[in-house]
Amino acid sequence: MKDNLRPSIVMLVLFTLILGLGYPAAVTGVARVVFPSKSTGSTIERDGKVVGSELVGQSFDDPKYFWGRPSATSPANNGAASSGSNLGPTAQAQADAVAGRVKALQDADPTQTGPVPADLVTASGSGLDPHISPEAALYQVHRVAAARGMTKEQEADLKGLVERHVEGRTLGFMGEPRVNVLMLNLDLDGIKR
Amino acid sequence: MNASLIQNIIYVVVLVALAFPLGTWMANVYAGRPGRIFGFLKPIERGLYRLAGVDPAKDMTWKGWSWAVLIFSFLSTVVVYALQRLQAHLPFNPAGLPAVSPDSSFNTAISFVTNTNWQGYSGEATMSYFTQMAALAVQNFLSAAVGMAVMVALARGLSKTAKGLGNFWVDMTRSTLYILLPLSFVFALILVSQGVVQTFRAPVTAELTQKTKAADGTVIDTQTISVGPVASQIAIKQLGTNGGGYYNANSAHPIENPTPLSNFLQCLAILAIGAGCCITFGTIVGDGRQGKMLLAAMTLMFVLALVGATLAERAPSRLLHDAGATASNMEGKETRIGVDGSTLWAVATTSASNGSVNSMHDSYTPIGGLFPMLLMMLGEVVFGGVGSGLYGMILFVVFTVFISGLLVGRTPEYLGKKIGPFEMKMAAIGILIPCASVLVAAAIAVVAPKGYAGICNQGAHGFSEMLYATTSASNNNGSAFAGLSANTPFWNYLLGLCMVICRFGVIIPVLAIAGSMSARKVTPEGPGTLPTHTPLFIVLLIAVVLLVGALNFVPALFLGPVLEHVSAFRS
Repeated sequence: MKDNLRPSIVMLVLFTLILGLGYPAAVTGVARVVFPSKSTGSTIERDGKVVGSELVGQSFDDPKYFWGRPSATSPANNGAASSGSNLGPTAQAQADAVAGRVKALQDADPTQTGPVPADLVTASGSGLDPHISPEAALYQVHRVAAARGMTKEQEADLKGLVERHVEGRTLGFMGEPRVNVLMLNLDLDGIKR
Repeated sequence: MNASLIQNIIYVVVLVALAFPLGTWMANVYAGRPGRIFGFLKPIERGLYRLAGVDPAKDMTWKGWSWAVLIFSFLSTVVVYALQRLQAHLPFNPAGLPAVSPDSSFNTAISFVTNTNWQGYSGEATMSYFTQMAALAVQNFLSAAVGMAVMVALARGLSKTAKGLGNFWVDMTRSTLYILLPLSFVFALILVSQGVVQTFRAPVTAELTQKTKAADGTVIDTQTISVGPVASQIAIKQLGTNGGGYYNANSAHPIENPTPLSNFLQCLAILAIGAGCCITFGTIVGDGRQGKMLLAAMTLMFVLALVGATLAERAPSRLLHDAGATASNMEGKETRIGVDGSTLWAVATTSASNGSVNSMHDSYTPIGGLFPMLLMMLGEVVFGGVGSGLYGMILFVVFTVFISGLLVGRTPEYLGKKIGPFEMKMAAIGILIPCASVLVAAAIAVVAPKGYAGICNQGAHGFSEMLYATTSASNNNGSAFAGLSANTPFWNYLLGLCMVICRFGVIIPVLAIAGSMSARKVTPEGPGTLPTHTPLFIVLLIAVVLLVGALNFVPALFLGPVLEHVSAFRS
């Protein structure tokens, strides 16, 4: 038993130096040189100010912007405290929450009568999902166009903009097609300016 | 739909194909031949032994192994506990986080040392960069390395040419230095290329494009985004089947798992070394067919579970349909990953003792959530944790050999060595301790007000949350039905005890079997020998695993997910 004390202490100390400090420092050093933007949060700058991260969703509830996934964090899209709702599929609280979100979307655009894409009314796993499905983006085109006073032609252009923002599956089989809501909204403001 | 089917098929094919080169190479590492490109690490290995006073040529008995594992793990627990309690006074804490509470530190220390990585706390809001790196990430490596070392000792004990069980310190060091560290380094950089952050800077503050109002009326015009040395920790969290995330949302977090490619690779990393261990085992025991048999049995069970869980989770959600939405169950799931990608991960992470999540299992359909629970209840033997999955499966192999021997009147033997009452007792203890822990702890939680106070959903689903927690802790998985508020003294201590009892309550019987089998004489194969590499044996083995799981857990599963599933169709 005593034979194990010295190896335990020495191994733990040395491995803490190698694995706990050396390893992350080495990864950080290489990452900073090779991937300077990606290693620090893929931030987006406009006019010298950081306006967000490409990877982290932001809250939009103005009709003139595209809305993202509902977020269970407090406040919504809290980048310092990720979380899902953890509500079960038969919970009353979940039924109420979904019904409220469906109503908000339909009130904002009464012309839409079909079923609402599920990703627009369900909270994401992280509470920070930056994406929505292409269907969910197209569902909102009419509302955004109306709120911005666009003509029919401009609305068709807007639809084209959404379609250009659709990212497909990686190599055709990984993941799901999606639209980055923040990037789309930033482009949207760019056009108007 | 078709794309995700292709994703699943490619996943399984790549996983199995990787197992062969990886497993063979790992066997070489344990034989002291890591390959020329790792030559520069050899002086470091020798230096470690010299400073630690270890004679690498000296074999240890099974009792020596047990003491070494226990003392090393105990010391690690003390250090991880202390670092959490002292983090306010330590460097690399730009967010100024205070000390972690005593019960949470206790739970987390055990959790990371036992390779469970259950997290009662919210990572980005609780742990300083220093704690994440020097306490948690270090144990991600070392707890995985301990599991792998024990597996190697068992394989040596069962080998026909057994000379000894080897040396714990050597196998632990080699697992870390040659296998886990280089793979993690490369994998971490691949993850950074996808957008996983790796920095020591303070959190990023962004000015919002649209101001919003919080529920209490305060205007929100900025967003603070937690960053940190994430990629280095995520790489080893997957490869070492740890699963403890940097962020609270784990690999659902878009910075921890930003793209479909990072998702696919992380999912692959969860099972890669565990699958490779089958081949390593076959190589060390000197009969490659045995490793292939184990790999085939595990793959078959994995595919069955994947098909079942995928069908269950694809079922249209009645709740969403009734509310006027399309019916795919996207609650708790990320858009870039989707329903099928989430299910694949859920099955992989609970097959392994990984426990990382890319979606919130609590929000799965009742039967979709049953599969992860069941996979853990089977004892984490479908690939399982690195090393631990394989030695867990060997306990079932011993059991299967014994039962089939009884049925046909043959002497039970495995790899040419007779299995005696001692081995059977040890196998039974190793299999039953986690089963008993799951059920006893769940029973305690159900009757204790402080236990069921933590549930988020009412009724049968609330029971599932508690059952999932005790199952996850007792099988050293670490995933959760995260609605359970488990960061309370009651849950922290209860689950901490489950984790420690079940980790060492399996490792010690496994080492005992290794020790007694290594002393057994090899009897030549005769007409009475039951071959353990045939399809027939694969079927028998799977049947025994399922039978033990079913006998122990069907009543509990009926009280939770099955009841919820049935009641959903009541009105």
